[in-house]
Amino acid sequence: MEGQTQAIAANTERQPPSSPPPPMPAPISPARQRTVAIVRAILLPSAVFLLVLAVWTLVHYQVTRDIPTPVEAWTQAVAVFSHPFYVTGPNDMGIGWQVLYSLGRVMAGFALAVVVGIPVGFLMGSSRAMHQAFYPLVQILRPVSPLAWLPIGLLVFQAKDPSAIFVIFVTSIWPVIVNTAAGVQAIPQDYLNVARVLQLGKLEVTRRILIPATLPHILTGMRLSLSVAWMVIVAAEMLTGGIGIGFYVWDEWNNLNVSSIIVAIGVIGLVGIVLESLMNLVQHHFDYSRR
Amino acid sequence: MAYLNISNVDVVFPSANGAFIALREVDLTIEKGEFISIIGHSGCGKSTVLNVVAGLLQATRGGVLLENKEVNSPGPDRAVVFQNHSLLPWLTVYENVRIAVDKVFGKSKSKAERHDWTVHNLHLVHMDHALDKLPGAISGGMKQRVGIARALAMQPKVLLMDEPFGALDALTRAHLQESVMEIQAALDNTVLMITHDVDEAVLLSDRIVMMTNGPAATVGEILKVELPRPRNRLELADDPTYNHYRAEVLRFLYERQRRPEAA
Repeated sequence: MEGQTQAIAANTERQPPSSPPPPMPAPISPARQRTVAIVRAILLPSAVFLLVLAVWTLVHYQVTRDIPTPVEAWTQAVAVFSHPFYVTGPNDMGIGWQVLYSLGRVMAGFALAVVVGIPVGFLMGSSRAMHQAFYPLVQILRPVSPLAWLPIGLLVFQAKDPSAIFVIFVTSIWPVIVNTAAGVQAIPQDYLNVARVLQLGKLEVTRRILIPATLPHILTGMRLSLSVAWMVIVAAEMLTGGIGIGFYVWDEWNNLNVSSIIVAIGVIGLVGIVLESLMNLVQHHFDYSRR
Repeated sequence: MAYLNISNVDVVFPSANGAFIALREVDLTIEKGEFISIIGHSGCGKSTVLNVVAGLLQATRGGVLLENKEVNSPGPDRAVVFQNHSLLPWLTVYENVRIAVDKVFGKSKSKAERHDWTVHNLHLVHMDHALDKLPGAISGGMKQRVGIARALAMQPKVLLMDEPFGALDALTRAHLQESVMEIQAALDNTVLMITHDVDEAVLLSDRIVMMTNGPAATVGEILKVELPRPRNRLELADDPTYNHYRAEVLRFLYERQRRPEAA
């Protein structure tokens, strides 16, 4: 053993020092690692945003001057956000109100979708007959473009607000139904055997086993549903008019106020992120698999 | 009349190519306080027997009597320790046992008593240090300990264990077997355990029920294990009686009931 080591050492000595051995990487302290991580998290997205701004500016100078420059849009954003809740008349309100009105419709439609979708999903998931009964309808209606429902809503409800809410309802209900049904079907037989050994009643099984076991699926369905709802409301309001971020976009288009439209696009995106993070919070709180 | 009486049980499953006879004329009587293992090759219907006793499965013919009363639906008097623990993952260790305690003793024990009883049973399986952990945060062996605590907490007339340690590594399994023997010495439960582990069967049981291969599986032989308790794994390793019992079971499984080629 000792002789071997010596031989190796002798061998290295005889070799000409052609290239120095690669330097050992210096140990990186955790604090430094964190700094690097933060810098990357800021730098990389900033680079992409800068690229988008560059393309945008290029479009302004090379394609059409109707698209404002980023600076013009920024100025408009500052103006819009300095009085977000002004009211000068029923048709002229600040962007804050527009967003709130839209959110109100989204929440109404979304709430209806959840209230109807979860029980239907439970029925479909727990009974073969119900699954057979509902499945074709769900499959046919699920891919229908949301706005195709608008004329039906307008005819039935004879009013803009309920129609918009109806459109939200009818588009955001499918993810809730499909995910709830899948969740119920995915409950392991073992959990139900535990319930049988404990002789839990129907109500107890629902409350203590079915609902908690399906909750992760239901919450996923609700998150998908809410983001669909927020996308659809903008389109629906462009058609129905009234107060709301969708109509705001349409109105500014008619005024050829493109800067405001760009500001609105930013606002729609940000509100979407806020909704998504709210749902994430809810999921974190109620979903055992994420705790 | 015996304490638990499994008499003339046939189980037939309907299948695409006609009826599949899983069990035929299974007869077994168990006395109070006995520890019985059922051993056999996989697919021989061991778990089917347990499910019939648990009431999770209806016998096609024959039936099960517990203290002279017929068993035909599940209940906490025949608590089951499931093979894959079956803890509810959204409940903590404590809550998983408490749900059973509340169900069985909701009327007869006060809230404080039920709390103490829950903790006591978790203490028996050495899990009282992890009361507030979710099942996802503890190891497989620990989960099975909690599963045993949940079953014990129901104070069952018969404790049913369906290959309780089958999914665990050898060391963890040995630890849990020790725990089961310890608890058995203290509580003197009537236990029916399904296993495919010869050493486990000899170490734990008063009698080993060896089943023939399916289809139409039935009780082949019954071996009485007359080793004094408490039993010690290390001492028994060199004990000729222990090795004799072990050889008996192995002979049954590998000479008389060869593992079916298909399995």
